[in-house]
Amino acid sequence: MKINILAFGIAKDIINSSTLGIEISEGTTVGQLKKQLTSQFPDFEKLRSLSIAVNQEYQEDDFLLNEKDEIVIIPPVSGG
Amino acid sequence: MIDIQLKDSPIHPQDCIDFVADDGTGGSTVFVGTVRNQTKGKTVIRLEFESYAPMAISEMQKIAEQAQEKWSCKKISIHHRVGVLAIGEIAVIIAVATPHRKAAFEACEYCIDTLKETVPIWKKEFFEDGEVWVAAHP
Repeated sequence: MKINILAFGIAKDIINSSTLGIEISEGTTVGQLKKQLTSQFPDFEKLRSLSIAVNQEYQEDDFLLNEKDEIVIIPPVSGG
Repeated sequence: MIDIQLKDSPIHPQDCIDFVADDGTGGSTVFVGTVRNQTKGKTVIRLEFESYAPMAISEMQKIAEQAQEKWSCKKISIHHRVGVLAIGEIAVIIAVATPHRKAAFEACEYCIDTLKETVPIWKKEFFEDGEVWVAAHP
Protein backbone atom coordinates (compact mmCIF):
# COMPACT_ATOMS: atom_id res chain seq x y z
CA MET A 1 0.00 0.00 0.00
CA LYS A 2 1.06 3.56 -0.59
CA ILE A 3 1.40 5.91 2.35
CA ASN A 4 2.10 9.61 2.53
CA ILE A 5 4.41 10.76 5.25
CA LEU A 6 4.81 14.31 6.52
CA ALA A 7 8.16 15.62 7.69
CA PHE A 8 9.12 18.55 9.91
CA GLY A 9 12.30 20.17 11.17
CA ILE A 10 15.51 18.43 10.20
CA ALA A 11 13.52 15.48 8.78
CA LYS A 12 12.36 17.81 6.04
CA ASP A 13 15.98 18.64 5.19
CA ILE A 14 16.96 14.95 5.23
CA ILE A 15 14.29 13.86 2.76
CA ASN A 16 14.54 17.19 0.96
CA SER A 17 10.75 17.63 1.01
CA SER A 18 7.91 18.11 3.47
CA THR A 19 6.10 15.02 2.20
CA LEU A 20 7.19 11.58 1.12
CA GLY A 21 5.08 8.98 -0.63
CA ILE A 22 6.37 5.45 -0.11
CA GLU A 23 5.21 1.93 -0.78
CA ILE A 24 4.94 -0.35 2.25
CA SER A 25 3.52 -3.83 2.59
CA GLU A 26 0.34 -4.61 4.54
CA GLY A 27 1.08 -5.12 8.20
CA THR A 28 4.07 -2.79 8.29
CA THR A 29 4.83 -1.53 11.78
CA VAL A 30 6.22 1.79 12.95
CA GLY A 31 9.52 0.05 13.70
CA GLN A 32 9.73 -1.36 10.18
CA LEU A 33 8.90 2.03 8.69
CA LYS A 34 11.74 3.59 10.70
CA LYS A 35 14.13 0.95 9.32
CA GLN A 36 12.90 1.58 5.78
CA LEU A 37 13.36 5.34 6.18
CA THR A 38 16.81 4.92 7.68
CA SER A 39 17.99 2.66 4.88
CA GLN A 40 16.64 5.08 2.26
CA PHE A 41 17.97 8.15 4.10
CA PRO A 42 20.98 7.15 6.25
CA ASP A 43 21.15 10.64 7.80
CA PHE A 44 18.24 9.66 10.06
CA GLU A 45 20.68 7.43 11.90
CA LYS A 46 22.72 10.44 12.97
CA LEU A 47 19.81 12.01 14.86
CA ARG A 48 19.48 11.96 18.64
CA SER A 49 16.11 10.22 18.24
CA LEU A 50 13.51 9.36 15.63
CA SER A 51 9.83 9.01 16.44
CA ILE A 52 6.75 8.40 14.37
CA ALA A 53 3.38 9.94 15.09
CA VAL A 54 0.29 8.26 13.72
CA ASN A 55 -2.92 10.28 13.70
CA GLN A 56 -1.29 12.86 15.97
CA GLU A 57 -0.12 10.42 18.65
CA TYR A 58 3.36 9.02 19.27
CA GLN A 59 3.39 5.30 18.55
CA GLU A 60 5.72 2.50 19.62
CA ASP A 61 7.64 0.29 17.19
CA ASP A 62 5.03 -2.51 17.26
CA PHE A 63 2.16 -0.28 16.11
CA LEU A 64 0.57 -1.35 12.80
CA LEU A 65 0.20 1.21 10.02
CA ASN A 66 -2.86 1.66 7.82
CA GLU A 67 -3.21 3.31 4.46
CA LYS A 68 -5.39 6.15 5.73
CA ASP A 69 -3.24 7.02 8.74
CA GLU A 70 -1.68 10.44 9.06
CA ILE A 71 1.96 9.49 9.49
CA VAL A 72 4.55 12.03 10.56
CA ILE A 73 8.29 11.77 11.07
CA ILE A 74 9.18 13.42 14.39
CA PRO A 75 12.89 14.23 14.70
CA PRO A 76 14.19 15.41 18.12
CA VAL A 77 11.90 18.21 19.29
CA SER A 78 13.27 21.53 20.53
CA GLY A 79 10.39 23.75 21.55
CA GLY A 80 10.28 26.03 24.56
CA MET B 1 -9.41 25.16 33.22
CA ILE B 2 -6.77 24.93 30.55
CA ASP B 3 -5.80 27.47 27.90
CA ILE B 4 -3.47 26.29 25.12
CA GLN B 5 -2.41 28.54 22.27
CA LEU B 6 0.06 28.20 19.42
CA LYS B 7 0.49 31.55 17.75
CA ASP B 8 2.45 33.07 14.89
CA SER B 9 2.17 36.55 16.43
CA PRO B 10 3.68 37.90 19.69
CA ILE B 11 2.50 36.27 22.93
CA HIS B 12 2.01 38.21 26.18
CA PRO B 13 2.62 37.03 29.78
CA GLN B 14 -0.27 39.14 31.05
CA ASP B 15 -2.74 37.14 28.93
CA CYS B 16 -1.63 33.93 30.66
CA ILE B 17 -1.60 35.55 34.11
CA ASP B 18 -5.10 36.90 33.57
CA PHE B 19 -6.34 33.48 32.46
CA VAL B 20 -5.09 31.69 35.58
CA ALA B 21 -6.11 34.43 38.04
CA ASP B 22 -8.64 32.96 40.45
CA ASP B 23 -9.90 33.99 43.85
CA GLY B 24 -9.58 30.42 45.07
CA THR B 25 -5.84 30.16 44.43
CA GLY B 26 -3.11 31.51 46.65
CA GLY B 27 -0.54 32.00 43.97
CA SER B 28 0.57 31.55 40.42
CA THR B 29 3.93 30.98 38.79
CA VAL B 30 4.84 32.13 35.33
CA PHE B 31 7.69 30.86 33.19
CA VAL B 32 8.68 33.04 30.25
CA GLY B 33 11.10 31.59 27.73
CA THR B 34 12.86 34.09 25.48
CA VAL B 35 15.24 33.94 22.53
CA ARG B 36 18.86 33.96 23.72
CA ASN B 37 21.48 35.95 21.81
CA GLN B 38 24.11 33.20 21.80
CA THR B 39 24.59 29.44 21.84
CA LYS B 40 27.92 28.09 23.07
CA GLY B 41 29.48 31.49 22.46
CA LYS B 42 28.18 31.84 18.91
CA THR B 43 26.04 34.86 18.16
CA VAL B 44 22.45 33.98 17.28
CA ILE B 45 20.78 36.37 14.86
CA ARG B 46 17.25 35.01 14.99
CA LEU B 47 15.22 31.86 15.59
CA GLU B 48 12.58 30.06 13.68
CA PHE B 49 10.05 27.72 15.28
CA GLU B 50 8.22 25.18 13.17
CA SER B 51 5.43 23.02 14.54
CA TYR B 52 3.22 20.11 13.68
CA ALA B 53 0.37 22.27 14.89
CA PRO B 54 -2.51 19.91 15.69
CA MET B 55 -0.29 17.51 17.59
CA ALA B 56 1.66 20.33 19.28
CA ILE B 57 -1.63 21.62 20.66
CA SER B 58 -2.84 18.19 21.76
CA GLU B 59 0.50 17.37 23.41
CA MET B 60 0.49 20.69 25.31
CA GLN B 61 -3.08 19.94 26.37
CA LYS B 62 -1.95 16.52 27.68
CA ILE B 63 0.87 18.09 29.69
CA ALA B 64 -1.50 20.62 31.22
CA GLU B 65 -3.98 17.86 32.11
CA GLN B 66 -1.21 15.78 33.72
CA ALA B 67 -0.01 18.76 35.76
CA GLN B 68 -3.55 19.60 36.73
CA GLU B 69 -4.11 16.11 38.03
CA LYS B 70 -0.78 15.75 39.79
CA TRP B 71 -0.71 19.11 41.57
CA SER B 72 -4.40 19.99 41.77
CA CYS B 73 -3.83 23.10 39.66
CA LYS B 74 -6.99 25.07 39.15
CA LYS B 75 -5.85 26.77 35.97
CA ILE B 76 -3.01 26.42 33.50
CA SER B 77 -2.21 28.54 30.48
CA ILE B 78 0.44 27.59 27.91
CA HIS B 79 1.17 29.84 24.94
CA HIS B 80 3.85 28.95 22.41
CA ARG B 81 5.06 31.07 19.55
CA VAL B 82 5.92 29.79 16.06
CA GLY B 83 7.50 31.47 13.06
CA VAL B 84 10.47 33.84 13.00
CA LEU B 85 11.54 35.37 16.33
CA ALA B 86 14.11 38.06 17.04
CA ILE B 87 16.51 38.06 20.03
CA GLY B 88 14.67 38.78 23.28
CA GLU B 89 11.24 37.89 21.93
CA ILE B 90 9.08 35.53 23.96
CA ALA B 91 8.94 31.96 22.67
CA VAL B 92 6.86 30.33 25.38
CA ILE B 93 4.80 31.30 28.43
CA ILE B 94 3.48 28.92 31.07
CA ALA B 95 1.27 30.17 33.90
CA VAL B 96 -0.02 27.91 36.64
CA ALA B 97 -2.29 28.77 39.54
CA THR B 98 -2.63 26.52 42.58
CA PRO B 99 -3.96 26.91 46.13
CA HIS B 100 -0.39 26.86 47.57
CA ARG B 101 2.87 28.14 46.11
CA LYS B 102 5.03 25.00 46.18
CA ALA B 103 2.70 23.16 43.84
CA ALA B 104 2.65 26.12 41.47
CA PHE B 105 6.45 26.06 41.10
CA GLU B 106 6.57 22.30 40.66
CA ALA B 107 3.71 22.15 38.17
CA CYS B 108 5.20 24.99 36.12
CA GLU B 109 8.59 23.27 36.00
CA TYR B 110 6.96 19.99 35.01
CA CYS B 111 5.12 21.72 32.16
CA ILE B 112 8.20 23.38 30.63
CA ASP B 113 10.43 20.30 31.11
CA THR B 114 7.88 17.98 29.50
CA LEU B 115 7.07 20.44 26.72
CA LYS B 116 10.73 20.42 25.72
CA GLU B 117 10.68 16.62 25.52
CA THR B 118 7.40 15.81 23.81
CA VAL B 119 5.76 18.71 22.00
CA PRO B 120 6.42 18.57 18.23
CA ILE B 121 7.95 22.01 17.82
CA TRP B 122 11.36 22.51 16.25
CA LYS B 123 13.74 25.41 16.75
CA LYS B 124 16.21 26.52 14.14
CA GLU B 125 18.96 28.91 15.16
CA PHE B 126 20.39 31.28 12.58
CA PHE B 127 24.00 32.38 13.01
CA GLU B 128 26.07 34.79 10.94
CA ASP B 129 27.63 31.86 9.09
CA GLY B 130 24.84 29.29 8.96
CA GLU B 131 21.84 27.71 10.59
CA VAL B 132 21.15 24.66 12.69
CA TRP B 133 18.16 22.65 13.94
CA VAL B 134 18.59 22.75 17.71
CA ALA B 135 19.25 19.49 19.55
CA ALA B 136 18.78 17.35 16.44
CA HIS B 137 22.11 15.55 16.84
CA PRO B 138 23.65 13.95 19.92
